[in-house]
Amino acid sequence: MTQKVPRKLVDENGIRIDGRKLDELRPIKIEVGVLNNADGSAHIEQGKNKILAAVYGPREVHPRHLALPDRALLRCRYHMAPFSVEERKSPNPSRRETELSKVIREALEPAIFLEQFPRTSIDLFVEVLQADGGTRCAGITAASLALSDAGIPMRDLVVACASGKAEGHLILDLNDIEDKEGEADLPVAFMPNFNAVTLLQMDGMLTTEEFEQALNLAIEGCNQTHKIQKESLKTKYIAIKEETE
Amino acid sequence: MSSAESIMVSRVRQRQIAQLIASGKRLDERGLTDYREIKIESGIIERAEGSARVRLGKTEILVGVKIEIGEPYLDRPMEAVLTVNSEFVPLASPEFEAGPPGEESIELARIVDRGIRESKAIDLEKLCIIPEKKVFVIFIDVYVLNHDGNLIDASALAALAALLNTKVFNYEMKDGKVEIKPGFTQLPMRNYPVAVTFAEIGGKLVVDPWLDEEGVMDARLTVTFDKDGNICAMQKGERGIFTAQQILEAVRIGQKKAEELKKLMVGG
Repeated sequence: MTQKVPRKLVDENGIRIDGRKLDELRPIKIEVGVLNNADGSAHIEQGKNKILAAVYGPREVHPRHLALPDRALLRCRYHMAPFSVEERKSPNPSRRETELSKVIREALEPAIFLEQFPRTSIDLFVEVLQADGGTRCAGITAASLALSDAGIPMRDLVVACASGKAEGHLILDLNDIEDKEGEADLPVAFMPNFNAVTLLQMDGMLTTEEFEQALNLAIEGCNQTHKIQKESLKTKYIAIKEETE
Repeated sequence: MSSAESIMVSRVRQRQIAQLIASGKRLDERGLTDYREIKIESGIIERAEGSARVRLGKTEILVGVKIEIGEPYLDRPMEAVLTVNSEFVPLASPEFEAGPPGEESIELARIVDRGIRESKAIDLEKLCIIPEKKVFVIFIDVYVLNHDGNLIDASALAALAALLNTKVFNYEMKDGKVEIKPGFTQLPMRNYPVAVTFAEIGGKLVVDPWLDEEGVMDARLTVTFDKDGNICAMQKGERGIFTAQQILEAVRIGQKKAEELKKLMVGG
Protein backbone atom coordinates (compact mmCIF):
# COMPACT_ATOMS: atom_id res chain seq x y z
CA MET A 1 0.00 0.00 0.00
CA THR A 2 1.15 3.51 -0.70
CA GLN A 3 0.12 6.90 0.56
CA LYS A 4 -0.63 9.91 -1.57
CA VAL A 5 1.56 12.93 -0.94
CA PRO A 6 1.58 15.87 -3.36
CA ARG A 7 5.03 16.27 -4.82
CA LYS A 8 7.04 17.43 -7.75
CA LEU A 9 8.01 14.74 -10.24
CA VAL A 10 11.40 16.32 -10.99
CA ASP A 11 13.21 18.63 -8.55
CA GLU A 12 15.40 21.65 -9.38
CA ASN A 13 18.49 19.44 -9.64
CA GLY A 14 16.86 17.18 -12.20
CA ILE A 15 16.34 14.39 -9.66
CA ARG A 16 13.16 12.31 -9.85
CA ILE A 17 10.87 11.29 -6.98
CA ASP A 18 12.61 7.95 -6.57
CA GLY A 19 16.04 9.62 -6.57
CA ARG A 20 16.93 8.75 -10.15
CA LYS A 21 18.54 10.98 -12.76
CA LEU A 22 16.44 11.81 -15.83
CA ASP A 23 18.06 9.13 -18.00
CA GLU A 24 18.53 6.48 -15.34
CA LEU A 25 16.88 3.06 -15.33
CA ARG A 26 15.36 1.56 -12.21
CA PRO A 27 17.30 -1.36 -10.70
CA ILE A 28 16.55 -4.50 -12.70
CA LYS A 29 16.76 -8.04 -11.37
CA ILE A 30 16.05 -10.95 -13.66
CA GLU A 31 16.00 -14.67 -13.02
CA VAL A 32 15.61 -17.20 -15.81
CA GLY A 33 14.05 -20.67 -15.46
CA VAL A 34 11.97 -20.09 -12.33
CA LEU A 35 8.94 -22.29 -13.06
CA ASN A 36 9.04 -26.06 -13.11
CA ASN A 37 6.14 -26.92 -15.38
CA ALA A 38 6.73 -24.32 -18.06
CA ASP A 39 9.04 -25.05 -20.99
CA GLY A 40 10.64 -21.69 -20.36
CA SER A 41 10.17 -18.96 -17.79
CA ALA A 42 11.63 -15.78 -16.34
CA HIS A 43 10.95 -13.45 -13.45
CA ILE A 44 11.75 -9.75 -13.64
CA GLU A 45 11.83 -7.05 -11.01
CA GLN A 46 12.16 -3.53 -12.31
CA GLY A 47 11.53 -0.96 -9.62
CA LYS A 48 8.51 -2.32 -7.81
CA ASN A 49 7.34 -4.28 -10.84
CA LYS A 50 7.30 -8.02 -10.27
CA ILE A 51 6.40 -9.96 -13.37
CA LEU A 52 6.48 -13.63 -14.34
CA ALA A 53 6.64 -14.81 -17.93
CA ALA A 54 6.17 -18.43 -18.97
CA VAL A 55 6.21 -20.25 -22.30
CA TYR A 56 4.57 -23.53 -23.23
CA GLY A 57 5.35 -25.05 -26.62
CA PRO A 58 5.82 -25.52 -29.43
CA ARG A 59 2.89 -27.85 -28.75
CA GLU A 60 -0.29 -29.08 -30.38
CA VAL A 61 -2.81 -26.32 -31.09
CA HIS A 62 -6.14 -26.35 -29.32
CA PRO A 63 -8.63 -25.74 -30.85
CA ARG A 64 -7.15 -27.50 -33.89
CA HIS A 65 -8.62 -25.24 -36.58
CA LEU A 66 -6.43 -22.38 -35.41
CA ALA A 67 -3.27 -24.17 -36.56
CA LEU A 68 -1.33 -22.42 -39.31
CA PRO A 69 0.04 -24.49 -42.19
CA ASP A 70 3.27 -22.54 -42.60
CA ARG A 71 4.28 -21.46 -39.11
CA ALA A 72 3.65 -21.73 -35.41
CA LEU A 73 0.78 -19.82 -33.90
CA LEU A 74 2.06 -17.45 -31.23
CA ARG A 75 -0.49 -16.71 -28.54
CA CYS A 76 0.04 -14.27 -25.75
CA ARG A 77 -1.88 -13.44 -22.62
CA TYR A 78 -0.88 -10.40 -20.60
CA HIS A 79 -2.71 -10.43 -17.30
CA MET A 80 -2.58 -8.47 -14.08
CA ALA A 81 -3.15 -10.11 -10.73
CA PRO A 82 -6.08 -8.58 -8.79
CA PHE A 83 -3.68 -7.53 -6.01
CA SER A 84 -1.04 -6.06 -8.34
CA VAL A 85 -2.44 -2.54 -8.23
CA GLU A 86 -3.68 -0.06 -5.63
CA GLU A 87 -7.36 -0.81 -6.12
CA ARG A 88 -8.22 -4.46 -6.64
CA LYS A 89 -8.43 -5.22 -10.33
CA SER A 90 -11.10 -7.58 -11.51
CA PRO A 91 -9.41 -10.78 -12.71
CA ASN A 92 -11.47 -10.72 -15.90
CA PRO A 93 -9.41 -9.55 -18.86
CA SER A 94 -9.90 -5.82 -19.40
CA ARG A 95 -9.82 -4.08 -22.78
CA ARG A 96 -6.39 -2.75 -21.85
CA GLU A 97 -5.11 -6.27 -21.19
CA THR A 98 -6.54 -7.50 -24.49
CA GLU A 99 -4.76 -4.71 -26.36
CA LEU A 100 -1.48 -5.25 -24.52
CA SER A 101 -1.64 -9.00 -25.19
CA LYS A 102 -1.87 -8.15 -28.88
CA VAL A 103 0.97 -5.63 -28.99
CA ILE A 104 3.26 -7.82 -26.86
CA ARG A 105 2.66 -10.73 -29.22
CA GLU A 106 3.40 -8.51 -32.21
CA ALA A 107 6.55 -7.23 -30.50
CA LEU A 108 7.92 -10.77 -30.06
CA GLU A 109 6.79 -12.39 -33.31
CA PRO A 110 9.48 -10.85 -35.53
CA ALA A 111 12.19 -12.38 -33.32
CA ILE A 112 10.96 -15.98 -33.38
CA PHE A 113 11.61 -18.52 -36.16
CA LEU A 114 7.90 -19.44 -36.18
CA GLU A 115 8.26 -21.00 -39.64
CA GLN A 116 10.30 -23.85 -38.11
CA PHE A 117 7.24 -25.14 -36.22
CA PRO A 118 4.23 -25.20 -38.56
CA ARG A 119 0.90 -26.44 -37.16
CA THR A 120 1.99 -25.92 -33.54
CA SER A 121 1.32 -23.22 -30.99
CA ILE A 122 3.66 -21.35 -28.73
CA ASP A 123 1.74 -20.02 -25.75
CA LEU A 124 3.15 -17.18 -23.78
CA PHE A 125 1.80 -15.99 -20.45
CA VAL A 126 2.78 -12.75 -18.79
CA GLU A 127 1.48 -12.39 -15.23
CA VAL A 128 1.95 -9.05 -13.53
CA LEU A 129 2.21 -9.80 -9.80
CA GLN A 130 2.91 -6.22 -8.84
CA ALA A 131 2.63 -3.23 -11.15
CA ASP A 132 4.75 -0.09 -10.96
CA GLY A 133 4.54 1.45 -14.43
CA GLY A 134 6.12 0.01 -17.55
CA THR A 135 4.70 -3.48 -17.06
CA ARG A 136 4.34 -4.18 -20.77
CA CYS A 137 8.01 -3.33 -21.30
CA ALA A 138 9.30 -5.37 -18.37
CA GLY A 139 6.90 -8.12 -19.47
CA ILE A 140 8.43 -8.19 -22.97
CA THR A 141 11.98 -8.24 -21.58
CA ALA A 142 11.05 -11.24 -19.42
CA ALA A 143 8.95 -12.93 -22.12
CA SER A 144 11.76 -13.01 -24.63
CA LEU A 145 13.98 -14.63 -21.99
CA ALA A 146 11.26 -17.21 -21.27
CA LEU A 147 11.08 -17.98 -25.02
CA SER A 148 14.80 -18.40 -25.16
CA ASP A 149 14.75 -20.49 -21.97
CA ALA A 150 12.22 -22.75 -23.71
CA GLY A 151 14.83 -23.35 -26.40
CA ILE A 152 12.78 -21.69 -29.12
CA PRO A 153 15.10 -20.48 -31.88
CA MET A 154 15.17 -16.70 -32.10
CA ARG A 155 16.79 -14.11 -34.32
CA ASP A 156 17.46 -11.83 -31.36
CA LEU A 157 16.29 -11.11 -27.86
CA VAL A 158 13.55 -8.51 -27.70
CA VAL A 159 14.00 -5.91 -25.01
CA ALA A 160 11.67 -3.09 -24.08
CA CYS A 161 11.86 0.19 -22.22
CA ALA A 162 9.71 3.29 -22.04
CA SER A 163 10.67 6.93 -22.16
CA GLY A 164 8.37 9.84 -21.55
CA LYS A 165 7.97 13.35 -20.28
CA ALA A 166 7.33 14.71 -16.81
CA GLU A 167 7.15 18.38 -15.91
CA GLY A 168 8.83 19.33 -19.16
CA HIS A 169 11.76 16.88 -18.79
CA LEU A 170 12.31 13.85 -20.99
CA ILE A 171 12.76 10.86 -18.70
CA LEU A 172 13.68 7.20 -19.03
CA ASP A 173 11.85 4.17 -17.59
CA LEU A 174 8.76 5.80 -16.05
CA ASN A 175 7.50 4.52 -12.74
CA ASP A 176 3.80 4.36 -11.89
CA ILE A 177 3.47 7.95 -10.64
CA GLU A 178 5.44 9.38 -13.56
CA ASP A 179 3.30 7.38 -15.95
CA LYS A 180 0.04 8.60 -14.40
CA GLU A 181 0.97 12.21 -13.69
CA GLY A 182 3.51 12.87 -16.43
CA GLU A 183 2.82 14.36 -19.84
CA ALA A 184 3.77 11.48 -22.12
CA ASP A 185 4.61 7.80 -22.15
CA LEU A 186 6.45 6.11 -25.04
CA PRO A 187 6.97 2.36 -24.64
CA VAL A 188 9.40 0.88 -27.19
CA ALA A 189 10.43 -2.73 -27.84
CA PHE A 190 13.65 -3.27 -29.72
CA MET A 191 15.78 -6.00 -31.30
CA PRO A 192 19.29 -4.64 -30.60
CA ASN A 193 21.15 -6.69 -33.22
CA PHE A 194 18.77 -5.61 -35.98
CA ASN A 195 18.20 -2.02 -34.89
CA ALA A 196 14.53 -2.83 -35.25
CA VAL A 197 11.62 -1.37 -33.31
CA THR A 198 8.99 -4.07 -32.76
CA LEU A 199 6.61 -2.23 -30.43
CA LEU A 200 5.86 1.46 -30.40
CA GLN A 201 3.04 3.14 -28.59
CA MET A 202 2.61 6.64 -27.31
CA ASP A 203 0.12 8.59 -25.35
CA GLY A 204 0.40 12.10 -24.07
CA MET A 205 1.71 15.13 -25.89
CA LEU A 206 5.11 15.58 -27.54
CA THR A 207 6.39 17.90 -30.24
CA THR A 208 8.02 16.08 -33.15
CA GLU A 209 11.45 17.22 -31.88
CA GLU A 210 10.73 15.88 -28.40
CA PHE A 211 9.49 12.64 -29.92
CA GLU A 212 12.77 12.12 -31.78
CA GLN A 213 14.76 12.63 -28.56
CA ALA A 214 12.38 10.45 -26.55
CA LEU A 215 12.63 7.65 -29.12
CA ASN A 216 16.43 7.73 -28.97
CA LEU A 217 16.30 7.79 -25.17
CA ALA A 218 14.01 4.75 -25.09
CA ILE A 219 16.27 2.85 -27.51
CA GLU A 220 19.26 3.72 -25.32
CA GLY A 221 17.29 2.35 -22.35
CA CYS A 222 16.62 -0.83 -24.35
CA ASN A 223 20.33 -1.24 -25.07
CA GLN A 224 21.20 -0.89 -21.38
CA THR A 225 18.47 -3.35 -20.36
CA HIS A 226 19.68 -5.74 -23.06
CA LYS A 227 23.03 -6.11 -21.26
CA ILE A 228 21.28 -7.14 -18.04
CA GLN A 229 18.98 -9.43 -19.99
CA LYS A 230 21.89 -11.26 -21.64
CA GLU A 231 23.75 -11.62 -18.33
CA SER A 232 20.71 -13.16 -16.66
CA LEU A 233 20.46 -15.77 -19.40
CA LYS A 234 24.15 -16.62 -19.08
CA THR A 235 23.83 -16.85 -15.30
CA LYS A 236 21.35 -19.68 -15.64
CA TYR A 237 23.70 -21.76 -17.78
CA ILE A 238 26.71 -21.00 -15.60
CA ALA A 239 24.70 -22.35 -12.65
CA ILE A 240 23.81 -25.51 -14.58
CA LYS A 241 27.45 -25.96 -15.62
CA GLU A 242 28.64 -25.67 -12.04
CA GLU A 243 26.03 -28.19 -10.88
CA THR A 244 27.09 -30.77 -13.43
CA GLU A 245 30.83 -30.40 -12.83
CA MET B 1 -5.47 -6.33 -40.69
CA SER B 2 -3.12 -8.96 -41.99
CA SER B 3 -3.24 -11.42 -39.13
CA ALA B 4 -3.95 -15.10 -39.48
CA GLU B 5 -7.67 -14.64 -40.04
CA SER B 6 -7.34 -11.86 -42.58
CA ILE B 7 -8.57 -11.78 -46.13
CA MET B 8 -6.30 -13.84 -48.32
CA VAL B 9 -4.72 -11.88 -51.10
CA SER B 10 -3.52 -14.13 -53.89
CA ARG B 11 0.24 -14.54 -54.17
CA VAL B 12 0.23 -13.04 -57.66
CA ARG B 13 -1.56 -9.94 -56.46
CA GLN B 14 0.69 -9.71 -53.39
CA ARG B 15 3.75 -9.71 -55.64
CA GLN B 16 2.19 -7.16 -57.96
CA ILE B 17 1.34 -4.80 -55.09
CA ALA B 18 4.78 -5.13 -53.51
CA GLN B 19 6.65 -4.69 -56.81
CA LEU B 20 4.66 -1.60 -57.72
CA ILE B 21 5.29 -0.06 -54.31
CA ALA B 22 9.00 -0.80 -54.63
CA SER B 23 8.96 1.40 -57.74
CA GLY B 24 6.97 4.11 -55.98
CA LYS B 25 3.58 3.25 -57.48
CA ARG B 26 0.36 1.72 -56.21
CA LEU B 27 -2.18 -0.59 -57.78
CA ASP B 28 -4.93 2.01 -57.46
CA GLU B 29 -2.62 4.63 -59.03
CA ARG B 30 -2.21 6.71 -55.89
CA GLY B 31 1.14 8.15 -54.85
CA LEU B 32 2.72 6.50 -51.77
CA THR B 33 1.60 9.32 -49.49
CA ASP B 34 -1.83 9.99 -51.02
CA TYR B 35 -5.10 9.34 -49.24
CA ARG B 36 -8.07 7.89 -51.05
CA GLU B 37 -11.00 10.22 -51.66
CA ILE B 38 -12.52 11.28 -48.34
CA LYS B 39 -16.21 12.10 -47.94
CA ILE B 40 -17.58 13.34 -44.65
CA GLU B 41 -21.28 13.71 -43.82
CA SER B 42 -22.33 14.96 -40.42
CA GLY B 43 -25.55 14.71 -38.47
CA ILE B 44 -27.09 11.76 -40.28
CA ILE B 45 -28.54 9.97 -37.24
CA GLU B 46 -31.15 12.27 -35.72
CA ARG B 47 -31.57 10.15 -32.58
CA ALA B 48 -27.91 10.53 -31.66
CA GLU B 49 -26.54 13.68 -30.03
CA GLY B 50 -23.82 13.64 -32.66
CA SER B 51 -23.03 11.54 -35.71
CA ALA B 52 -20.96 11.38 -38.85
CA ARG B 53 -20.25 9.05 -41.72
CA VAL B 54 -16.83 8.97 -43.28
CA ARG B 55 -16.05 7.27 -46.56
CA LEU B 56 -12.37 6.71 -47.16
CA GLY B 57 -12.37 5.18 -50.63
CA LYS B 58 -14.65 2.19 -50.11
CA THR B 59 -14.08 2.01 -46.37
CA GLU B 60 -17.15 3.32 -44.61
CA ILE B 61 -17.43 4.23 -40.94
CA LEU B 62 -20.43 5.54 -39.05
CA VAL B 63 -19.90 7.11 -35.64
CA GLY B 64 -22.72 7.92 -33.27
CA VAL B 65 -22.30 9.93 -30.08
CA LYS B 66 -24.77 9.41 -27.25
CA ILE B 67 -24.81 11.51 -24.11
CA GLU B 68 -26.18 10.52 -20.73
CA ILE B 69 -25.85 11.66 -17.16
CA GLY B 70 -23.82 9.42 -14.89
CA GLU B 71 -21.18 9.28 -12.20
CA PRO B 72 -17.58 10.45 -12.67
CA TYR B 73 -14.54 8.25 -12.15
CA LEU B 74 -13.27 8.43 -8.56
CA ASP B 75 -9.88 9.76 -9.63
CA ARG B 76 -11.42 12.38 -11.96
CA PRO B 77 -14.33 13.77 -9.93
CA MET B 78 -14.59 17.00 -11.93
CA GLU B 79 -14.58 15.51 -15.42
CA ALA B 80 -17.11 14.04 -17.80
CA VAL B 81 -16.64 10.38 -18.66
CA LEU B 82 -15.55 9.45 -22.17
CA THR B 83 -15.84 5.95 -23.61
CA VAL B 84 -15.04 4.75 -27.09
CA ASN B 85 -16.30 1.44 -28.38
CA SER B 86 -16.09 -0.09 -31.82
CA GLU B 87 -18.22 -2.67 -33.53
CA PHE B 88 -17.06 -4.73 -36.47
CA VAL B 89 -20.56 -5.25 -37.78
CA PRO B 90 -20.79 -8.57 -39.66
CA LEU B 91 -22.32 -6.91 -42.71
CA ALA B 92 -19.09 -4.96 -43.26
CA SER B 93 -16.83 -7.82 -44.27
CA PRO B 94 -16.87 -11.59 -44.78
CA GLU B 95 -14.19 -11.67 -42.08
CA PHE B 96 -16.35 -10.12 -39.36
CA GLU B 97 -18.40 -12.32 -37.08
CA ALA B 98 -21.08 -11.43 -34.60
CA GLY B 99 -20.13 -11.71 -30.95
CA PRO B 100 -18.07 -9.92 -28.34
CA PRO B 101 -15.44 -7.51 -29.68
CA GLY B 102 -12.21 -9.13 -30.78
CA GLU B 103 -8.75 -7.75 -30.15
CA GLU B 104 -8.66 -5.79 -33.42
CA SER B 105 -11.91 -4.07 -32.56
CA ILE B 106 -10.68 -3.27 -29.04
CA GLU B 107 -7.37 -1.98 -30.42
CA LEU B 108 -9.19 0.25 -32.92
CA ALA B 109 -11.42 1.73 -30.22
CA ARG B 110 -8.46 2.31 -27.92
CA ILE B 111 -6.41 4.07 -30.63
CA VAL B 112 -9.34 6.40 -31.39
CA ASP B 113 -9.87 6.89 -27.64
CA ARG B 114 -6.23 7.81 -27.00
CA GLY B 115 -6.23 10.43 -29.75
CA ILE B 116 -9.30 12.17 -28.31
CA ARG B 117 -8.30 11.76 -24.66
CA GLU B 118 -4.60 12.64 -24.87
CA SER B 119 -5.15 15.71 -27.06
CA LYS B 120 -7.83 16.80 -24.54
CA ALA B 121 -10.11 17.30 -27.53
CA ILE B 122 -13.25 17.58 -25.42
CA ASP B 123 -13.36 20.06 -22.54
CA LEU B 124 -14.43 17.41 -20.03
CA GLU B 125 -14.38 19.78 -17.06
CA LYS B 126 -17.06 21.94 -18.64
CA LEU B 127 -19.27 18.86 -18.71
CA CYS B 128 -19.23 18.31 -14.97
CA ILE B 129 -22.65 18.86 -13.37
CA ILE B 130 -22.04 18.20 -9.65
CA PRO B 131 -18.41 17.38 -8.74
CA GLU B 132 -17.98 13.78 -7.55
CA LYS B 133 -21.67 13.05 -8.19
CA LYS B 134 -23.00 13.88 -11.62
CA VAL B 135 -21.26 14.40 -14.91
CA PHE B 136 -22.09 13.88 -18.56
CA VAL B 137 -21.07 10.53 -19.98
CA ILE B 138 -20.06 10.62 -23.63
CA PHE B 139 -20.35 7.38 -25.56
CA ILE B 140 -18.58 7.31 -28.90
CA ASP B 141 -19.59 4.23 -30.88
CA VAL B 142 -17.60 3.45 -33.99
CA TYR B 143 -19.56 1.34 -36.44
CA VAL B 144 -17.61 -0.23 -39.29
CA LEU B 145 -20.04 -0.48 -42.20
CA ASN B 146 -17.64 -1.49 -44.97
CA HIS B 147 -14.07 -2.68 -44.51
CA ASP B 148 -11.68 -1.78 -47.28
CA GLY B 149 -8.61 -1.05 -45.18
CA ASN B 150 -7.34 1.67 -42.86
CA LEU B 151 -10.20 1.54 -40.39
CA ILE B 152 -8.12 3.54 -37.91
CA ASP B 153 -7.84 6.82 -39.86
CA ALA B 154 -11.43 6.62 -41.09
CA SER B 155 -12.70 5.95 -37.56
CA ALA B 156 -10.64 8.76 -36.02
CA LEU B 157 -11.96 11.17 -38.67
CA ALA B 158 -15.55 10.00 -38.20
CA ALA B 159 -15.28 10.27 -34.42
CA LEU B 160 -13.92 13.82 -34.70
CA ALA B 161 -16.59 14.82 -37.22
CA ALA B 162 -19.29 13.36 -34.97
CA LEU B 163 -17.95 15.20 -31.91
CA LEU B 164 -17.85 18.49 -33.82
CA ASN B 165 -21.48 17.83 -34.63
CA THR B 166 -22.50 16.82 -31.09
CA LYS B 167 -25.03 18.81 -29.09
CA VAL B 168 -25.52 18.48 -25.35
CA PHE B 169 -28.99 18.97 -23.92
CA ASN B 170 -29.52 21.98 -21.65
CA TYR B 171 -30.30 21.44 -17.99
CA GLU B 172 -30.85 23.32 -14.78
CA MET B 173 -30.50 22.31 -11.14
CA LYS B 174 -33.68 22.24 -9.06
CA ASP B 175 -33.42 21.15 -5.40
CA GLY B 176 -30.25 19.23 -6.14
CA LYS B 177 -31.85 17.47 -9.08
CA VAL B 178 -30.99 17.80 -12.73
CA GLU B 179 -33.87 18.95 -14.88
CA ILE B 180 -33.61 18.80 -18.61
CA LYS B 181 -34.55 21.99 -20.38
CA PRO B 182 -35.41 22.47 -24.03
CA GLY B 183 -32.58 23.38 -26.32
CA PHE B 184 -29.03 22.21 -26.92
CA THR B 185 -25.49 23.50 -26.55
CA GLN B 186 -22.56 22.60 -28.77
CA LEU B 187 -20.18 20.04 -27.19
CA PRO B 188 -17.16 22.08 -25.97
CA MET B 189 -14.20 21.09 -28.17
CA ARG B 190 -10.69 22.46 -27.89
CA ASN B 191 -8.52 20.19 -30.01
CA TYR B 192 -8.78 18.24 -33.26
CA PRO B 193 -6.82 14.98 -33.24
CA VAL B 194 -6.35 13.21 -36.57
CA ALA B 195 -4.68 9.85 -37.14
CA VAL B 196 -2.35 9.07 -40.03
CA THR B 197 -1.66 5.38 -40.66
CA PHE B 198 1.24 3.91 -42.60
CA ALA B 199 1.79 0.42 -43.92
CA GLU B 200 5.33 -0.86 -44.28
CA ILE B 201 5.61 -2.93 -47.44
CA GLY B 202 9.03 -4.15 -48.56
CA GLY B 203 10.84 -1.37 -46.72
CA LYS B 204 8.62 1.39 -48.13
CA LEU B 205 6.04 3.40 -46.20
CA VAL B 206 2.63 3.95 -47.76
CA VAL B 207 -0.10 6.18 -46.36
CA ASP B 208 -3.72 5.01 -46.03
CA PRO B 209 -3.36 1.33 -46.99
CA TRP B 210 -6.43 -0.24 -48.56
CA LEU B 211 -7.47 -3.78 -47.78
CA ASP B 212 -5.22 -5.58 -50.29
CA GLU B 213 -2.22 -3.54 -49.15
CA GLU B 214 -3.02 -4.43 -45.55
CA GLY B 215 -2.98 -8.04 -46.70
CA VAL B 216 0.67 -7.74 -47.75
CA MET B 217 1.97 -5.20 -45.22
CA ASP B 218 4.67 -6.27 -42.78
CA ALA B 219 3.89 -3.67 -40.15
CA ARG B 220 1.55 -0.79 -39.48
CA LEU B 221 2.19 2.51 -37.76
CA THR B 222 -0.39 5.08 -36.69
CA VAL B 223 0.62 8.55 -35.59
CA THR B 224 -2.09 10.82 -34.18
CA PHE B 225 -1.44 14.56 -34.35
CA ASP B 226 -3.24 17.35 -32.53
CA LYS B 227 -4.30 20.65 -34.14
CA ASP B 228 -0.81 22.16 -33.65
CA GLY B 229 1.03 19.25 -35.21
CA ASN B 230 2.16 17.70 -31.92
CA ILE B 231 2.03 13.94 -31.46
CA CYS B 232 -0.62 12.79 -29.00
CA ALA B 233 -0.79 9.05 -29.68
CA MET B 234 1.04 6.34 -31.57
CA GLN B 235 0.54 2.67 -32.20
CA LYS B 236 2.59 0.12 -34.07
CA GLY B 237 0.74 -2.96 -35.21
CA GLU B 238 1.34 -6.28 -36.97
CA ARG B 239 4.31 -8.61 -37.01
CA GLY B 240 6.89 -6.55 -38.84
CA ILE B 241 9.52 -4.10 -37.67
CA PHE B 242 10.41 -0.44 -38.13
CA THR B 243 13.78 1.24 -37.99
CA ALA B 244 14.04 4.46 -35.99
CA GLN B 245 14.65 6.27 -39.31
CA GLN B 246 11.38 4.92 -40.75
CA ILE B 247 9.49 6.04 -37.65
CA LEU B 248 10.90 9.55 -37.90
CA GLU B 249 10.08 9.63 -41.63
CA ALA B 250 6.50 8.60 -40.80
CA VAL B 251 6.29 11.43 -38.26
CA ARG B 252 7.53 13.94 -40.86
CA ILE B 253 5.12 12.79 -43.57
CA GLY B 254 2.31 12.31 -41.06
CA GLN B 255 2.53 15.84 -39.77
CA LYS B 256 1.85 17.22 -43.28
CA LYS B 257 -0.94 14.71 -43.93
CA ALA B 258 -2.56 15.50 -40.58
CA GLU B 259 -2.67 19.18 -41.51
CA GLU B 260 -4.50 18.29 -44.75
CA LEU B 261 -6.98 16.09 -42.89
CA LYS B 262 -7.61 18.74 -40.26
CA LYS B 263 -8.43 21.25 -43.01
CA LEU B 264 -11.07 18.89 -44.39
CA MET B 265 -12.65 18.89 -40.97
CA VAL B 266 -12.40 22.40 -39.59
CA GLY B 267 -11.10 24.46 -42.50
CA GLY B 268 -7.70 26.24 -42.68
